[in-house]
Amino acid sequence: METLFTPFASLGGGALIGLGAVLLMLGLGRIFGATGIMSGLVFAENSSEFSWRAAMVFGMILSPGLIFLVTGKMPEFSVPVSPLMIAIGGVIVGFGASLGSGCTSGHGVCGLSRLSVRSIVAVPTFMVTAAITVYLIRHVFGA
Amino acid sequence: MKLIFALFTGLVFGVGISISGMINPAKVFNFFDIAGTWDPSLAFVMGGAVIVTFIGYRLVWRRTAPLFDVGFQIPNNGTIDARLVGGSAIFGIGWGIAGFCPGAAIPALGTGRWEVVLFLAAVTAGFYARRLMTPAQTTKAV
Repeated sequence: METLFTPFASLGGGALIGLGAVLLMLGLGRIFGATGIMSGLVFAENSSEFSWRAAMVFGMILSPGLIFLVTGKMPEFSVPVSPLMIAIGGVIVGFGASLGSGCTSGHGVCGLSRLSVRSIVAVPTFMVTAAITVYLIRHVFGA
Repeated sequence: MKLIFALFTGLVFGVGISISGMINPAKVFNFFDIAGTWDPSLAFVMGGAVIVTFIGYRLVWRRTAPLFDVGFQIPNNGTIDARLVGGSAIFGIGWGIAGFCPGAAIPALGTGRWEVVLFLAAVTAGFYARRLMTPAQTTKAV
């Protein structure tokens, strides 16, 4: 399934993702890592660990609705894989991101911007394994 | 005030995820599908995000403390170990199978699609599985 090449929307959206990360550093002094935020919610040991993460997640969830209010349509969204693939992929994502201490936002956006050596190793690692996985699934097994 | 700020931060990030196309699994697959229906858009997402964050972080760090806390909590671990490399490699495999990553899936919950709920429930199961297997590791991001 083809998708349109959207360099300007992607660059602008990316800049807003970066702005979100900068604002979190300015306000709370934290790295914007979705894995850390999610696992911090799931395994929160007290209400102060829980509440700011819950507020952030709530803001994130409101965003497609805000796009709808402003533009009149929801962001483009299609899922070209089966529920089984989503479930298996999800467990692997949760396990791997937790073990590797970060995902696309924490290692990718924030880690690279900090010039973190760990992130400079992590990002190419997960980009390459993701690309190999997509290649194998689409072109070798032909799903 | 801290919570309103946190909510606003999440909203800005989520609008970025939505506009950029990162929210859309079809676009994520196509970014990686260089041999097929390649769509390089997401390189621009990472580029835009890193440029803004790189500059913005340095401006913020001129302060002695964030607005709503006593200090910056920045990881200073520089160790490259098997957990980092193995965990990242495993994460990439899952990303390539499902097309979602956590930072895109949380805003995607707002689309009301059940696939997102399924994905995030599975991610949570993955967190628990990792805790069962390697209980000594802390869950600090990055």
